[in-house]
Amino acid sequence: MNIVDWFVLLGAILGIAAYGAWHTRGIRSPDAYFKGGHRNGWGTIGLSVMATQASAITFLSIPGQGYESGIGFVQNYFGLPLALIIVCAAFLPIYRRLGVYTAYEFLGRRFDTKTRVLGAALFLLQRGLSAGVTIYAPAIILSTVLGWRLDLTVILTGLLVILYTVTGGSEAVSLTQKWQMTVIFGGMVTALVVLLLRLPDGLGFMGAAHVAGAMGKLEAVDVSFDPNRRYTLWSGLFGGLFLSLSYFGTDQSQVQRFIGGASLREGRLGLMFNALLKIPMQFLILLLGALVFVFYQFEKPPVFFNQVAWTRLSGGTNAAAFSAIEQRHVEAHRQVKKEIAAWLAVRQSKEPGTEAAARKAMVDAHNRVDAVRTEAKAALLAADPRTKTKDSDYVFITFILAQLPHGAIGLLIAVMISAALSSKASELNALATTTTIDLWRRFRPLAEMDERRNVRAAKWFTAFWGLLAIAFALFASMAENLIEAVNILGSIFYGVVLGIFLVAFFLKRIRGTAVFWGALAAQLLVFVLYFTLSIGYLWYNLIGCGACVLLSFLLQSMRDTAGLAEKTRVAP
Amino acid sequence: MKPPPESPEEGGSPGVPGFRTWRGVYGFVFAFFVLCVLLLVLFSRVFA
Repeated sequence: MNIVDWFVLLGAILGIAAYGAWHTRGIRSPDAYFKGGHRNGWGTIGLSVMATQASAITFLSIPGQGYESGIGFVQNYFGLPLALIIVCAAFLPIYRRLGVYTAYEFLGRRFDTKTRVLGAALFLLQRGLSAGVTIYAPAIILSTVLGWRLDLTVILTGLLVILYTVTGGSEAVSLTQKWQMTVIFGGMVTALVVLLLRLPDGLGFMGAAHVAGAMGKLEAVDVSFDPNRRYTLWSGLFGGLFLSLSYFGTDQSQVQRFIGGASLREGRLGLMFNALLKIPMQFLILLLGALVFVFYQFEKPPVFFNQVAWTRLSGGTNAAAFSAIEQRHVEAHRQVKKEIAAWLAVRQSKEPGTEAAARKAMVDAHNRVDAVRTEAKAALLAADPRTKTKDSDYVFITFILAQLPHGAIGLLIAVMISAALSSKASELNALATTTTIDLWRRFRPLAEMDERRNVRAAKWFTAFWGLLAIAFALFASMAENLIEAVNILGSIFYGVVLGIFLVAFFLKRIRGTAVFWGALAAQLLVFVLYFTLSIGYLWYNLIGCGACVLLSFLLQSMRDTAGLAEKTRVAP
Repeated sequence: MKPPPESPEEGGSPGVPGFRTWRGVYGFVFAFFVLCVLLLVLFSRVFA
């Protein structure tokens, strides 16, 4: 990065943060601080919902996913438009009618205080524990590649997001997210244009797409019923619907983005904006990764994309072995380049046998490159067993730093940091709002009489959660497995929370006590199953939700039967 | 909890040109989703 990149990067990041803090500095009313003052139109809400979901990892990892496994990951988003239609039609009108600040406040109105506190506590526990990951995950990649100090990267980005989120609350979050999404869209379009311009002469988009397709990178939809396949149309439709419904309908970091719109219409249109754009957007990000793959078939890629780790371990006593691997990689890459040229030459051939033979030679040559990469990863592990051999997160950032012109590099780093800040801001805002509205305001004597004091309390809670996130991220650098532990923890709690909300919306005869004990029993069941079974942790979402709904229904039926028996006994 | 009464804007026009009801908007979004899936299938076939 040179001075131009730093100018673009700091201008975009600090400029947006300062604008958000300055523009919302005078906010004192709870409506403005917690809901954005009912001023946001559908465009702001739509971008804010999108920015909340899109973390830095979206832009670092998803192109890498496209590079390594192709664009099939797009199927994961197939349930999202359907979930957003359900949220628009069933969830949002009720939240707005009741004028709630948090989704859990709705549980208090529908059931009772204990169920509301249970919902809020599960959200705070899950989000609070994962608070550091949103900052830590991109910081570790950026600091590794760019040579920045990890602790400083975590602290500075954390303090920046705390500054404007404390100052302007929900309004500052939505305002900054609108501009951060503009930077993100601008950066990704720039990367796509530069990539297309860097492809070999005469290949063009169509040629590149044919190469990617022949290498199996463009299989978008898999209709197979094989449960061992990771991404299929069915897992995307059903699993995606389930996950999106719990995320958009019950997670306060999303609910807060759309309940505070200028009107119900603006909130609904903001959500429909996401329902329309999410699949095309994810497709384009994955396609970008697949095109980076084609680019690196013509331009030699590093044998291992985390070059810092490779350089660190390839010296000393290992030098000869690593050098031999690099030599084999150069040779294998030269061969695949030759075979691709041969296949492109005969692709239009009318003789199917010739084309098929050339395609097979090309795919075999590519498999040999992959074999050398596997060998390289084994060598890294032998040199240091703690090395992370998954390098797909480093593919896109390597391309950016090596291929983009100065200025564009700064813009793309700004994309990553903007995405980290925007999702972090929503998270802090939601944690502070839930703490204030569902706990502080509920249990503090006379707190409801002084709303300005509640806003001041929310500012302190925002700072508290932000500092906790920074502390967690600094601690996480010593124990990287925490990230996976936090993801598992999320799945353990998410299902039960969705179960409570589904009962609230769709099973009108079930009351607070039944759902409260049903949810606690379901949560206990999930814990027991987690410690006794060895199934994929995503299944706990489904188990937790199903168990909560079923147990609430059974408990309510038992209470109804007992109540009826009591009445019969008392009646003469 | 007795559900609060429905506000007039809930059943009203979405104010989107070409759509008179929210059901129409949801139908359009659903149809667009189906189109996206079909186009993705077609895309995979063309470049396979």
